[in-house]
Amino acid sequence: MYNLLWLVPALPFAGFLILAFWGKKLGKRLSSWVGVGSVGISALITLLIGFRFLTNPPQGHAFSQKLWSWIAVDTFHVNIALHLDALSLVFIFVITFVGFFIHLYSTEYMADDKGYSRFFAYMNLFVGAMLILVLGDSLLLLYLGWEGVGLCSYLLIGFWYNDPANGYAARKAFIVTRVGDAAMAIGLFLLFTSFGTLDIQKILNAAPQTWPVGNHMAILATLLLLGGAVGKSAQLPLQVWLPDAMAGPTPTSALIHAATMVTAGVYLIARMHGLYELAPQSMLAVAVVGMATLLIAGFAAIAQTDIKRVLAYSTVSQIGYMFLALGVGAWSAGVFHFMIHAFFKALLFLGAGAIILAQHHEQNMFKMGGLAKALPVTFWTFLIASGSLAAVPLITAGFYSKDAIIWYAWSGPGGNIYLWIGAVFGAILTGFYTFRMVFVTFFGKQKIDISHHPKWTIHIPLIVLAFFALFGGFIELPGTMGHVTLFSDFMKSVLPVEVGHHESASLELFSQVLTAVLALLAIYASYVLYMKKMNVVTRFTNTALGGALQSFFLSGLGFDWLYERLFIRPYVWIARINKRDFVDLFFVFLAWISRQFHYLFAYTQSGRVRRFVLGLALGAVVSITIVVFL
Amino acid sequence: MISLNTGLIIAGILFSVGFIGVMIRRNMIFMLLSIEIMMNAAGLAFVFAGSRWGAPDGQIMFIFILTMAAAEVAVGLALAMQLYQKFKTLDTDAASNMRG
Amino acid sequence: MTVFFYIAAIIAIFSTLMVISRTNVIHALLYMVVSLLSTAVMFFIIGAPFVAALEIMIYAGAIIVLFVFVVMMLNLGKPAIEQEKQWLAGSGWILPSLLSFILLIEVIYIISAAPAHPVAGVAISPRIVGHSMFTTYLIGVELSAILLLAGIIGAFHLARKKKQVVHRFLQKSQGAEK
Repeated sequence: MYNLLWLVPALPFAGFLILAFWGKKLGKRLSSWVGVGSVGISALITLLIGFRFLTNPPQGHAFSQKLWSWIAVDTFHVNIALHLDALSLVFIFVITFVGFFIHLYSTEYMADDKGYSRFFAYMNLFVGAMLILVLGDSLLLLYLGWEGVGLCSYLLIGFWYNDPANGYAARKAFIVTRVGDAAMAIGLFLLFTSFGTLDIQKILNAAPQTWPVGNHMAILATLLLLGGAVGKSAQLPLQVWLPDAMAGPTPTSALIHAATMVTAGVYLIARMHGLYELAPQSMLAVAVVGMATLLIAGFAAIAQTDIKRVLAYSTVSQIGYMFLALGVGAWSAGVFHFMIHAFFKALLFLGAGAIILAQHHEQNMFKMGGLAKALPVTFWTFLIASGSLAAVPLITAGFYSKDAIIWYAWSGPGGNIYLWIGAVFGAILTGFYTFRMVFVTFFGKQKIDISHHPKWTIHIPLIVLAFFALFGGFIELPGTMGHVTLFSDFMKSVLPVEVGHHESASLELFSQVLTAVLALLAIYASYVLYMKKMNVVTRFTNTALGGALQSFFLSGLGFDWLYERLFIRPYVWIARINKRDFVDLFFVFLAWISRQFHYLFAYTQSGRVRRFVLGLALGAVVSITIVVFL
Repeated sequence: MISLNTGLIIAGILFSVGFIGVMIRRNMIFMLLSIEIMMNAAGLAFVFAGSRWGAPDGQIMFIFILTMAAAEVAVGLALAMQLYQKFKTLDTDAASNMRG
Repeated sequence: MTVFFYIAAIIAIFSTLMVISRTNVIHALLYMVVSLLSTAVMFFIIGAPFVAALEIMIYAGAIIVLFVFVVMMLNLGKPAIEQEKQWLAGSGWILPSLLSFILLIEVIYIISAAPAHPVAGVAISPRIVGHSMFTTYLIGVELSAILLLAGIIGAFHLARKKKQVVHRFLQKSQGAEK
């Protein structure tokens, strides 16, 4: 069974190739069979492998399958090999499972689009690259998948390329993540010079011997890897690309910018936990980055009007929670939150997509309203997902995962009170902006009529994901509520168990109750402000301070403005000065030389006989001189 | 006595004069005429060389050159006439339009 | 004897220079005849009377006369002489003269490197020449005969006035022009 592991990334790649070459000829029906089917079969194989892994784990809780030798130079060996353990199993489960449902959803969402097969080709390529990223056994293979998903993100954000704004958004995403990728590449170089190999398991085994805790090299390498993670996962300071990436089709936003690609940073840090444990300063940096991001994104989300942008900032914020968890040493809690977040965030995006389809592609939620009665399935699943996001206590999965993080922000190995306060405040913001979105969109009077009623291909994914958003949390209950540790036991084989300062159980209960109460209060506050007394908000924004705050938050806390002035303007200025690229001078010179020779030779081809005789004479003189006198 | 070197030098001078003529003159007739000068000079050199050895070979070579010059002049003048008919001038530079 | 030789040499060189610098074609051709005659004198002095006679008969008598015929047939007239004056006027003769001069210097240098040897001075009669031609160099004779044949046919074919194919619409305008 494990030997079928190679099929999991190979099938989407095959799907991509088929659709890329023959997509146009296959037509819509066959394209959707190929596109959805490849991911579906991958999901099936993943489920079978997962089942086998759970019941009959392989030796050492890890399975390696070497496919080819990629680079074999002197002592540097890199293989195309897949490494399956608990961490990568969780990730491939999420990727293929959620990916399959998103692909199914896309058959209806993109049904009227001219680039139908192109879309599925890109999506399949993305799924394949992401699987390579999480299954690769060497950092180089991981980087390959990393770049692959970056490429697909670019292709899919700019999918509707006829509108130049989409192209700008795609470029922005690519360039910003590139900054992170460069940092990561340097980090890989550092790791290679220190360890002589890029094989992940070898590095993790050799690290404790080579580097003492707090070693400068360790800190530097892990900070650089953090740079890469920050770029891909849209954290501070590189979070500016994700809101603009909403220019792509909604299934793309669901798959790439909610569930999978943006969590690649989380995977990287979780995978290289061995290195991070040797650099406590880097862990602190990870936690601080996570916390700062979740607060910034939370503030930005409360002022957004475009429904997809709210979800984008929400994603940034939730990944901030994951980074926070990893940074304080709560490894499995971070990965648990990743899994639950993938379910409800994908669900939220798919629901938003259904809404957008049904509202003539209107994305401003303040122009919508009253959809609860008109789109019931969408409403209920969206409500469940929002509840999960806002961590509505006890019934939703998000409550368990987010609460674990908030608790560990205090009690974890690297936790302190300030991180806990930040996390709790973030939870308040989350509840507020999530239900603001729900109330404005689904309640009140219906302003736009329904242009598209969703069919089973949209409803089924919504319902399945809602099920998981509700019940997925029950595999990991905290100590105060039954102490089910199925998930963390599963992850124990890969990730270290969080050994925090053992606070008492009552303190944990206090933290949970406080968070739950505050979240419910935030939901109630949004209900009041957006359903009952709507003029309070408008009166506030009409004041000078309110208006300034609103535009500040709306623009994502001014980061775009800052980067424009700090980086883009000087760069463009330099580029303008260097219009006649001075490096190009050499090549222009070569072209000039050949053109001069051309003129010289063209001069000799005049067609005049006397000219030719002159040439003869010249040649004779030269040859005889050389022969006689030299 | 007349030495061979003198004769060859005279032939060389005549040859270069003819060569100058080919390069300078634009009129087709003059060019052909200059080529004739060059051939005559070459024949002169041959005859000198032959008489240095006292053998008839140089003269025979000269006869061959003469024959060749005659044939070449006939064809060349026919071409000159065609040039005149086509371009209405004897300017060789007029026929400088190369293909492509 | 040598005096006559040098006189003939100087006349040959001088008249050849005249040939290439005249504007009138007929003048040039006449100077060419003079040059050929002095060459014939040179041949005679060094003991090659046969080729001296052949030079005058064929070169000066047939080839140059052929030139004269063609020139007269073309009937260029005064404007041609003006044109020649124009063409010859410019500074276009500096580079060719220079190159030829350098070539001449080199040739003289090479020739002078060999030891001087007097010319035999014994007259080689036509009989000896003919005997050698038709025994040793028989093939050459045959080949030059074929060459002459090719020359005749080529000259005949090339000198023909090609029939111009003109569309009947243009024929009318051509006729009107004429």
